[in-house]
Amino acid sequence: MVNIIWVFLTVIGIIFAMVNGTMDQVNEAIFNGAAEAVTLCIGLISVLVFWLGMMKIAEDAGLLQKLSLLFRPIVKKLFPDVPNEHPAMGYILSNMMANMFGLGNAATPLGIKAMEELKRLNGGLDVASRSMITFLAINTSSITLIPTMVIAIRMKYESASPTEIVGPTLIASFCSAIGAIIIDRYFYYRRKKKA
Amino acid sequence: MQVVSVISLWFIPVLIGFILIYGTIKRVPTYESFVEGGKEGIKIAVSIIPFLVGMLVAISVFRASGALEYFMEFIRPALEAVGIPPDIVPLAIIRPISGSAALGMTSDLIAVHGPDSFIGRLASVLQGSTDTTFYVLTVYFGAVGIRKMGDALKVGLLADLIGIIAAIVVVTIIFGSK
Repeated sequence: MVNIIWVFLTVIGIIFAMVNGTMDQVNEAIFNGAAEAVTLCIGLISVLVFWLGMMKIAEDAGLLQKLSLLFRPIVKKLFPDVPNEHPAMGYILSNMMANMFGLGNAATPLGIKAMEELKRLNGGLDVASRSMITFLAINTSSITLIPTMVIAIRMKYESASPTEIVGPTLIASFCSAIGAIIIDRYFYYRRKKKA
Repeated sequence: MQVVSVISLWFIPVLIGFILIYGTIKRVPTYESFVEGGKEGIKIAVSIIPFLVGMLVAISVFRASGALEYFMEFIRPALEAVGIPPDIVPLAIIRPISGSAALGMTSDLIAVHGPDSFIGRLASVLQGSTDTTFYVLTVYFGAVGIRKMGDALKVGLLADLIGIIAAIVVVTIIFGSK
């Protein structure tokens, strides 16, 4: 999918330039775009190094586990099909915590582990279970405490207040998480009614 | 809306202070842990270079050729009628598909419109408050061999749509639509 969009943008751009006589600008855009991307990534290093360093301390201090205890009651409500002491619960919670702290690389293996356990709970079938769909819905609405990358980009382009979007991002992702849960429930009851 | 601004301003320093104190109490070798985790940051920044180069070149070409403007003019009336800024549409389309491609689009929007413009703020919030549904779906379900996805895709994409609407509403309320 991303392949199609990528080729579409570039090829349509080039064809448009042929018709429009904007070849000059397109030539410039190719090299400027590439240079811009590299400068941006180098600029991101500062914030990424700092934030991931901080998160490593939080992780080593057991803060993530502490937080998952706090969220356990809520998550139990969201996954009524998962028994309380089942390992799936632990993985789901750790995945959510990692996502919250913006540790995308740590979140993925935990998410896969959670899916494995949920599949086992579902008798090893290759069909997505109710809990799997809920897990996915929560994952896609991603509540992030600190949108590190975005702050870094805003700093790079000299925002007067790079972090002013932290609060709004939290509110927006909280709304979308609630929305995702409601949609997930709606589809679940619709399936149940059909069956 | 003063409260949200104050929280935004205080949140990161307070969180850092808390982590450092908590880590010290728990006898974590804080500085060494910090350095260890920081190394990961360099790896990530370097590994996204090719993603961003590819996407930023494509968007730059699309914009410089005049195609983007043409496309925007085409969809503007319909979107403005429902209150969606047309500039955000390419980002909204690519967000569920590829995280790094979306990051490229976000930085392009911030660069062109300015980080403190309505579009710049909206792109910032949108990037932070939604996730790549297709990635999560492919990786998580793919890794454990789930073939029949049921309502998963529908639920994920509808959740993204709600995220986009929420971002527009929240940014408009807090910062105004300028």
